[in-house]
Amino acid sequence: MGKTLFDKLWEKHVVSGEEGEPQLIYVDLHLVHEVTSPQAFEGLRTNKRTVRRPDRTFATMDHNVPTKDIFNIKDQISRKQIETLRANCKEFGLRLADMGNEDQGIVHVIGPQLGLTQPGEIVVCGDSHTATHGAFGSIAFGIGTSEVEHVLATQTIWQLKPKTMGIHLYGKLQEGVAAKDIIMALIAQNGVDFGTGYAVEFFGETVKQLSMENRMTICNMAIEGGAKMGMMRPDQTTFDYLKGRKYAPKNMDKAIEYWKQFYTDDVADYDTVIEFDVSTLAPYVSWGTNPSMAVPVNATLPKITDMNVQRAYDYMDLKPSIKATDIPIQWIFIGSCTNGRLADIQEAARVMKGHHIAKNVTAWIVPGSRTVKNEAEKLGLDQIFKDAGCEWREPGCSACLAMNPDKIPAGIHCASTTNRNFEGRQGKDARTHLASPAMVAAAAIHGHFIDIRQEEAI
Amino acid sequence: MEAITIHKGTTIPLMNNNIDTDQIIPKQFLKNILKVGYGQHLFHDWRFLDDGTPNPDFILNKEERKNATILISGDNFGCGSSREHAAWALKDWGFKIIIAGGYSDIFFMNCTKNGILPIILPQSVRNTLAQLAPDDEITVDLPQQKVICRDNVYSFEIDATWKQKFIDGIDDIELTLKQEEKIRNFEKNMPVFE
Repeated sequence: MGKTLFDKLWEKHVVSGEEGEPQLIYVDLHLVHEVTSPQAFEGLRTNKRTVRRPDRTFATMDHNVPTKDIFNIKDQISRKQIETLRANCKEFGLRLADMGNEDQGIVHVIGPQLGLTQPGEIVVCGDSHTATHGAFGSIAFGIGTSEVEHVLATQTIWQLKPKTMGIHLYGKLQEGVAAKDIIMALIAQNGVDFGTGYAVEFFGETVKQLSMENRMTICNMAIEGGAKMGMMRPDQTTFDYLKGRKYAPKNMDKAIEYWKQFYTDDVADYDTVIEFDVSTLAPYVSWGTNPSMAVPVNATLPKITDMNVQRAYDYMDLKPSIKATDIPIQWIFIGSCTNGRLADIQEAARVMKGHHIAKNVTAWIVPGSRTVKNEAEKLGLDQIFKDAGCEWREPGCSACLAMNPDKIPAGIHCASTTNRNFEGRQGKDARTHLASPAMVAAAAIHGHFIDIRQEEAI
Repeated sequence: MEAITIHKGTTIPLMNNNIDTDQIIPKQFLKNILKVGYGQHLFHDWRFLDDGTPNPDFILNKEERKNATILISGDNFGCGSSREHAAWALKDWGFKIIIAGGYSDIFFMNCTKNGILPIILPQSVRNTLAQLAPDDEITVDLPQQKVICRDNVYSFEIDATWKQKFIDGIDDIELTLKQEEKIRNFEKNMPVFE
């Protein structure tokens, strides 16, 4: 019997403990943001503890950051949280990508962009979308604030080894169908908790063909299927992406030689396997209040089968049997740790170019980091969006979770490249529809979703 | 952390599946830098009407349920965001035990750090418990891994280490720091690429 990618990575990081009981695992990289860390630093202070490895800890601000007028945070409590992180980083000697700094951005966008995220690592962060970093062939997962404090103090974490699930992605995506559609379809077909208790690895021919940006989108949303870890085998695409990045190894050859040992020996080594053909996939759109409540764009919305579905229809003010393309869209949001990287912005710009958004639509484009923003502007993408009638904003988490000034108004249907369509997620009583960057851009132009496979010439 | 061994209390049923942490504690309450005071905002958007007054139809607002300490719920409780504020809010409100069909992995870990015992029981049992009157007490016996409701006894599973942690109510940073030598040895032998 061989071993999975996950088993090999796990084995390399066990400090203490036996399999079958919680084991103490070493953390290579700890990413920190302002929302889930203040109580952890306070705990360190109370107990007169220090940060064990400041050199393995990296902090930024993203959740609270306004994406307009970023240096003028009007919300006093938000400002306090930002200032607290700044003070904590100073006191404990941590690296911080502060507001306005060229490295600042959404924590899951800047980790990879700076080359902090590397294959073979254990990466944790007080944020559920930490799964994103698994795209590099690392074990990456979200933790709570007590665990943040534990990692700060000890650089380790107690974990019960999860089971492993292999998701075999095969077939060629149709034109207009994106990585986002793969993960949305998987969740729609298998439910929001199919991955609970599992470390999920995506593998197969389809994965090999995907760019790092697309791989990150898929791993990012593993958590929406319940898997706190989503991962992929590191390969030449991974190594090429990392080369030359700020914190990537200078001696890449030696690192690559080490990284190459991390792969799954045989499909039979997973505890469970899902086979998934992507060649017949249509673009997906969510209609309800969790990510599994989604349908192919050319489908009609499902029947009411239980109180959970009824509740979702009531909240969304939609009815079964209408088509996904009939959902009126009044707002669009392009950004987030799921789809806020340069490739996502480029994809949206490609669709938007030469068009104008529909009359009743408001469109926000929020780059995932300052670097993404700068690079997009160098390519003139900001102008394409502005010409189309969109707002081009500063980087941050923005309306993905709306704990900053960016909120979708009550009752509004918003097509969004984000990851969660929960009740109130993007603003109280706001109605979120998850989709890929190209689908969301097209929805802005038309005022409703369209099947972009048929209208590539829009 | 407060220890849990045998707990007797009344219940609140909230039987929807997939109750996410955005519902348990909406984001506008995550801006605080303290660990306390979140109970007043627990299930905020369900508990309060648009004008800010309590929603009389929501079960947490029922006078006769105010002292409940055991929450009964559906599948996949605590999914979504990793925010530990969800556990802090449940704790602060007065919940000590949750009985659901399952939990997200991160929320489960957050419970273990805050002395909230997350129990998994099948839907048929939960449906029975959901019918209990506001003043009906049930007993949760963690050492015996049993939920006792009148004459009925329901067994549940829990990992032995987490169980002991709940019973002892210990701070695991202190425990981990005792492993300093092992951590140092690990660091000495780990590969580093410059």
